[in-house]
Amino acid sequence: MPTTPAPAEGTDETRPTRSRSAVRSLLRLWPYVKPVRGRLGVAAVVAVAASCTGLVIPLVLKWIVDGPVADRSTGGVWLGALYLLLLGVAEAVLFGLRRWLVARPLAGVEAAMRADLYRHLQRLPIAFHDRWASGQLLSRGTTDLMLLRMFLAFPLTFLLVNSVTILVGVLIMLAQDWTLGLVLLAPALPVMVVCWLFEKRYSRVARQAQDQVGDLTTLVEESVLGIRIIKGFGRHRSQALAFRDLSRTLRGTELAKARLLAGIYAAITTLPELAVGAALVLGTVQVADGSLSAGTLVAFLSTALALRWPVESIGFLLAMSQEAATATERYFEVMDAAPESDTAPVSGAVSASGAASASVVAPTSGAGRARDGGHGGLRFDGVRFRYPDAESDSVPVLDGIDLHIRPGETMALVGGTGSGKTTLTALVPRLHEVTAGRITLDGVDITAIPREELRALVAVAFEEPTLFSAGVGENVLMGAPDTAGEADLARALAVAQADFVHALPHGTDTQVGEQGLSLSGGQRQRLALARAVVGTPRFLVLDDPLSALDVHTEALVEAALRRVLAGTTALVVAHRPSTVLLADRVALLSGGRITAVGTHHELLRTSAEYAWLMSGRTETSERENR
Amino acid sequence: MTAPTTTAPTDDSRDRPADPPPKDGDPFDRDALPAPPRATATLLRSLLAPMRARVVLAAVLLLLQQAAVQAGPMLVAYAIDRAVPAFRADDHGPLIAVAAAYALCSVAAGALQYGFVRTSARVNQDVLLDLRGRIFRHAQALSVDFHERYTSGRLISRSTTDVESLRELLSEGLQELVTVILSFVYISTMLLWLDLGLGAVAVASFVPLYLLIRLYRRRAGRIFAVRSTAIAAVIVKFAETMNGIRPVRAFRREAVNDSAFHALNSRHERVNGDAILEMARYVVGSRLVANTAVAGIVLWGAYRVASGSLALGVLAAAVLYLRRLYDPIDRLGMFLNSYQSAAASMEKIAGLLAQVPSVPEPAQPRELPALTSELPGREVVFDDVRFAYRTGGEVLPSFSLTLPAGQTVAVVGSTGAGKSTLAKLLARFYDPTTGRVLLDGVDLRELSVPELRRGVVMVTQEAFLFSGTVAENIAIGRPDASREDIERAAKAIGAHDFISSLPDGYDTDVRKRGGRISAGQRQLVAFARALLADPAVLILDEATSSLDVPGERAVQRAMHTVLRGRTAVVIAHRLSTVEIADRVLVMEHGRIVEDGSPDRLVTDTGRFADLHRAWRDSLVQEHAE
Repeated sequence: MPTTPAPAEGTDETRPTRSRSAVRSLLRLWPYVKPVRGRLGVAAVVAVAASCTGLVIPLVLKWIVDGPVADRSTGGVWLGALYLLLLGVAEAVLFGLRRWLVARPLAGVEAAMRADLYRHLQRLPIAFHDRWASGQLLSRGTTDLMLLRMFLAFPLTFLLVNSVTILVGVLIMLAQDWTLGLVLLAPALPVMVVCWLFEKRYSRVARQAQDQVGDLTTLVEESVLGIRIIKGFGRHRSQALAFRDLSRTLRGTELAKARLLAGIYAAITTLPELAVGAALVLGTVQVADGSLSAGTLVAFLSTALALRWPVESIGFLLAMSQEAATATERYFEVMDAAPESDTAPVSGAVSASGAASASVVAPTSGAGRARDGGHGGLRFDGVRFRYPDAESDSVPVLDGIDLHIRPGETMALVGGTGSGKTTLTALVPRLHEVTAGRITLDGVDITAIPREELRALVAVAFEEPTLFSAGVGENVLMGAPDTAGEADLARALAVAQADFVHALPHGTDTQVGEQGLSLSGGQRQRLALARAVVGTPRFLVLDDPLSALDVHTEALVEAALRRVLAGTTALVVAHRPSTVLLADRVALLSGGRITAVGTHHELLRTSAEYAWLMSGRTETSERENR
Repeated sequence: MTAPTTTAPTDDSRDRPADPPPKDGDPFDRDALPAPPRATATLLRSLLAPMRARVVLAAVLLLLQQAAVQAGPMLVAYAIDRAVPAFRADDHGPLIAVAAAYALCSVAAGALQYGFVRTSARVNQDVLLDLRGRIFRHAQALSVDFHERYTSGRLISRSTTDVESLRELLSEGLQELVTVILSFVYISTMLLWLDLGLGAVAVASFVPLYLLIRLYRRRAGRIFAVRSTAIAAVIVKFAETMNGIRPVRAFRREAVNDSAFHALNSRHERVNGDAILEMARYVVGSRLVANTAVAGIVLWGAYRVASGSLALGVLAAAVLYLRRLYDPIDRLGMFLNSYQSAAASMEKIAGLLAQVPSVPEPAQPRELPALTSELPGREVVFDDVRFAYRTGGEVLPSFSLTLPAGQTVAVVGSTGAGKSTLAKLLARFYDPTTGRVLLDGVDLRELSVPELRRGVVMVTQEAFLFSGTVAENIAIGRPDASREDIERAAKAIGAHDFISSLPDGYDTDVRKRGGRISAGQRQLVAFARALLADPAVLILDEATSSLDVPGERAVQRAMHTVLRGRTAVVIAHRLSTVEIADRVLVMEHGRIVEDGSPDRLVTDTGRFADLHRAWRDSLVQEHAE
């Protein structure tokens, strides 16, 4: 039923450890690497050529030692030096060329992956965001992607280049003296075994470390977002303690990584070096015997030394690859989550409950239906909703909502704290998808309307009024079509009683949001309201839009809002009688159902629960209070 | 914070591409807080100082390791020049010595490498632990107005990507640097010892290399500073979007965001590419110098061997050493890379750490006097207090106010009248620009944080929940509270029922399955938290705005008992709160315009009477029947 394939939770330690091999993880990068494969390929060839150039140098040395030096020919020495110089220049240019080839493309790959991640996250279901701490998402978008770029820049190329270099080097050595060559090859097998063991263990620790970095990021973020609470209770010490614990854990993991690295570095340094020592002794014996020329021995050892970096580097190249593989895994954990599908009805939504789908066919007689009979306005038919990540046998938050708001009507939604009012409002713009049942706008099922269009049709104001880092005017005009101008802005600000805007340092151009001026809760709420009404939407959903306003302002807003609402089909979550009075009718949400619909006065008379919600007094407490 | 921007690095602004508007040069907007000169170096030193012993140990291990590694060519020279003739003369001793020495060196090199990696990892991780902790603690110590300007994204960037670049410097860079320097020294010494002339040429080649490195350092430094700013901008945008995902969706901001993000991301991409290209130039340059030097030395050496003035083994060893001499220059480039990147990051971190908390903890805290009665309340005095935000504009003109111990004071007035500022001064989120706020005669500025929070606690309308369980969130009020205490607080405020109905009750993780908690419920949790804290003075700033009427009533009933004997300041636009107040303050444009008991003010003809009438009217429907 969930639209996402049960993604591993960011902070969950019981994450299913799919031990995918590093190579298979990394292969998933192909779509991003593909556009730059030409450059990368050429760069790899260039790197191989540069490395091989380096390997030719010892051969020239040999030629100098065995030829001109042995012959005491000074002219030949000049020639040899010239060859050396040319090879040196070639090597330098080739190495530079390699970097030049990959510089822009690799920065491009990183940027493309980041842009894709951002784009994808913006389109994942809200339920996904409820579950993932944004610090975990952020660490994927930053450190993980940097690791991937590093991987493409070095390990990917150099694992190939170094293998070729080692192969060519070994061939050269075998060609010069096969017995010595074989001696040098002896440690290959043990080194490979060590690398294999290392890789297996390292991948686990690397993943652990990356997740712990994500947890740490989350803690930092929360401690900034919750700074007023931390300050208000003087809890920055305990917050610092929590931080210290997490960062100590991370330190432990990093030290475990270092232990593994230390082991493989030691092995990779020692084993080949022992072989070189053995070759030296054997070679010396052969030179003494006269079966080997001194030049060959010098060239041989020189080649062996030239191979030292390619061999030694394998350790950290493997480590980097391993980290890149886990970074890839973490990246695709998010990318694999299915985004909101557009027009198609959510799979499983209809099949989730046979009873509920039956109610679509034969809706129970909703309060407004009999009288109205029309399909206009905003209609909920047997809407049932359970959060996609909830147990499938748990009690749904909304369980059979039938409600009809007639065209142009304003309906207040009243219910106790936590009764699901906010959830219900989130269903209309499809921030969440109904589990069963359907919602129609003027007779059209909202799942048949592309989200983009639906959200243009339905304007919303949330209880928590979020402003973006942009000008005040821009923030408000977000709710309007692109054609909207100053006049619309002025009108919306007037409705929301947000005239304070003109007194701000730069008027409607004043920057607000995370990177701008911080406004009070009431001010933000009025701007959010202005944003909702600026586009004179056909449908309006307001979630307790006046909670942070003082009584005076509230009265003014209401008077202005009433004019706006005249032609709009609106659903307004209300906590207080004053807000309820905006509405033509009131719906009472209780136990996941609409239990009563009527005017404020009717409901005060007929519904004890409603009377209680509006006055906060039961019959008895009423008497006590007098 | 209008700190002088002249100390900010001017390179940064000069190199900044033209696209993002530099705004008005505010260091906050440019993400370039000024740090005192040499702050970066001072910071690094202070981080490494406590680890001196282990740094020395690591250096010694590396020194020995390099000695073991660099012995190879020496042994080769010895083998060719001595062991070969000796072997021909049937003296196997020298060869056996070579074999033993080589084996010893190999094993020692590996073992020392192992020891070094582990020791240096300890040092690195401890430095990072220290630095992360310092950033975090400092950020926590900085006042609320700082956070309102610095943004969470930047702070995250400081403690993640910027720390990460120091990690790279420490874990790879420093090792590279020491290895490079050591091998330069070792190999130069060896070469000079083998042959003075050849060695001198090799040493001479260091001059152009040094110049090249200096040039690279300067150019890359600029690029890295720009890059660090660029990635921070990306992070800020990313964090803002994810934290406001609902309105992003509802207002179809996806496409607009995509293109805004694209602009920031592309800027980072460009600078990133610049950085790699700069490295490419350096690699070409340094390789050219190195390879030319090798060719020159071989030429001269071979010439001398040919003319008989140099032994063949010496030339062989010299050539082997030369190959090694220049091998690490690429790695030197990598070190410079991580150094520059880390330096740019450290400068930003130093800038953050150099921010002085505008609400500092006292150096010599005073204690609150012992309570004179059993009641928990304390007297609050605003003594000739005036307050203006640093960004300008006087918010509260000079005023004095005394709140006797145990009094419940309601503060009313329109939005923006200064009610919240008054509350924040009392909670010491801000310090007054002039004047003092006294708690039982003690200036708030003289109280340590724990003492202050035993005194004053504030509940605001934005009820943020931290990751963790509901119980943990309540326990923020008093970390050592038992489960019974937590439940008692929740019951008192009417939050117990909804908490019990959550999947795991008090142990429900607020971010996990089924842990969704509505805005009203969050406010109840925030209340329970404040009750648990049991302060002398409780400030409620619009703390019931999201509650429904019964919820609010329940809270008010609870308040009757909870506030008894406590000093309380209640800010609410819903005047129902006033019913529990002993005294009402009406504020307007930062001034207290009315002050008196609710009963008296209601019968007055002032503003409160107006407000009260309007509020009554808004409720009139419930009494209409």
